[in-house]
Amino acid sequence: MQRQDLRTWLLLVPAGAWFLCMLILPLIVVFVFAFGERGAAGGYVPAFTFENFANLGARWTAFKNTLILAPLGTLACLLIAYPLAYFLALRASARWRTLLLILVIVPFWTSILIRSYAWIYLLGGQGIPSLLNALGFGNPRLINTPFAVLIGIVYGYLPLMVFPIYVALERLDKRLLEASSDLGSPPWRSFLQVTLPLSMPGVATGSMLVFILLMGEFLIPAMLGGGKVFFIGNALVDLFLQSRNWPFGAAVAVALVVVMLVTVAAYLRFTRRWAGGRDDVSLM
Amino acid sequence: MRIYAFAVYLFLYIPIGVIALFSFNAGRHASQFQGFSVQWYGKALSNPFVVDAFKTSLTVALSSAVLATLFGTMAAMALQSVKGRLRIAFDALIYIAVMVPGIVIGIATLIALVTLFDWLNPVLAAVWPLADGAPKLSLGYGSLIAAHGLFSMALVIIIVRARMAGMDRSLVEASADLGATPWGTFRQVTLPQIFPGILAGFLLAFTFSFDDFIIAFFVAGSQTTLPVYVFSSIRRGVTPEINAIGTMVLAVSLLLLVTAQAILQRGRQAG
Repeated sequence: MQRQDLRTWLLLVPAGAWFLCMLILPLIVVFVFAFGERGAAGGYVPAFTFENFANLGARWTAFKNTLILAPLGTLACLLIAYPLAYFLALRASARWRTLLLILVIVPFWTSILIRSYAWIYLLGGQGIPSLLNALGFGNPRLINTPFAVLIGIVYGYLPLMVFPIYVALERLDKRLLEASSDLGSPPWRSFLQVTLPLSMPGVATGSMLVFILLMGEFLIPAMLGGGKVFFIGNALVDLFLQSRNWPFGAAVAVALVVVMLVTVAAYLRFTRRWAGGRDDVSLM
Repeated sequence: MRIYAFAVYLFLYIPIGVIALFSFNAGRHASQFQGFSVQWYGKALSNPFVVDAFKTSLTVALSSAVLATLFGTMAAMALQSVKGRLRIAFDALIYIAVMVPGIVIGIATLIALVTLFDWLNPVLAAVWPLADGAPKLSLGYGSLIAAHGLFSMALVIIIVRARMAGMDRSLVEASADLGATPWGTFRQVTLPQIFPGILAGFLLAFTFSFDDFIIAFFVAGSQTTLPVYVFSSIRRGVTPEINAIGTMVLAVSLLLLVTAQAILQRGRQAG
């Protein structure tokens, strides 16, 4: 027994040490720095002050944009993903289902940078706007607007929303739908009273995943928002790499993580209420 | 319903297709296709910055994926027999590593390592025995591999564990009863069964590292990975050369993903 314990420990040590040194310690450093002061040439001077947190209002626009566009983007993803997940789980033929599912997930694992770049290309002056112009719709400005950022968000995170909803719908006991229809419910009513409630855990999981990732988004607003629509992530890049105000940046990062933790807590409370809510969704 | 699904698939794949199509454009214009040509690929591949960035990305992705697969598989094996507080702690670590956004990981790694190096470098210089001066610790390959390996390791642990959950435990017991050493059991019984999971984990870890922009943006130091290079070139303007690089990057991840998926499927059927 002793030897087996030792072996288990030895197997765990590299991974455990890596997690501690590269994850936990750096996160603690961020937390500590958030209470520090800025050095004359940037960087960090040890101190204990709440000034950085009191100053968070200076980056209010970034917080506001994130807190408006992240829920909006999550909602847009949900509205587009749900019918697709429904189709895949309940309507698509079994022969094609796996392939169709893989086709949804694959883009998520390819470079988000290149995929956002594709939309710069499509929404830029020579892309869709010039097409619309040729069709006589005037020459609308699409790139560098909140709308462009929203499209990028849906494009980037749709797969992450489809998958958990698909899993929830796929596990649904089809006999319940038959029973509902046998008892005389029209299809829309079966959907509202059986399918929709039973798919809620998937909806919650997908929404939480997308929302959390959107809170920390930098690339999509940077590429498609053109400096006009910026998120907390963009403020962080500015604070750490340009103005080198580490303590204030650390405070912004802490605030970001706190908002995310609140979301996860709300999600956990929510899923616990839906009995049988399983959150063991993997993405591959 | 079917038409709707079709439209969503078009939405998912048209932008990628447009990039790929225009990477073969003979002309420079973004809006019209002026004939087929591979000149932009030639241009991209003869650009020393692109080649350098590609080599850096490849080195980092390969090293971080190898280390993450090795340590992640070891941890996943050990966690099978671990219960209680240690198990909860490890599960929490994996959860945190996956959930904390890349940008926060990047920032945390940046300030922790820079602070550490600022501390260590004078100490190192003071105690260095040779006359040619102590090496200066700085961000670069090491920090990139360490930061990418973190997420990758969590990923590998999750995938290998999922694979183990579907494994037949009685075979391991049988092997032990028949007098096999633990190492022998591992090599002849466990490893063949979990190998698809390990390989898929490795390929996904590689893909993650190869495609990651945000963490590398913070911790690359003087190095430039391919995504970081592409990001800064996009800032300078859209060119067909970026289309060619982008198409190659997409092709690499698509190839690895399809391989990973095929391995997982085959493993599922065999196991």
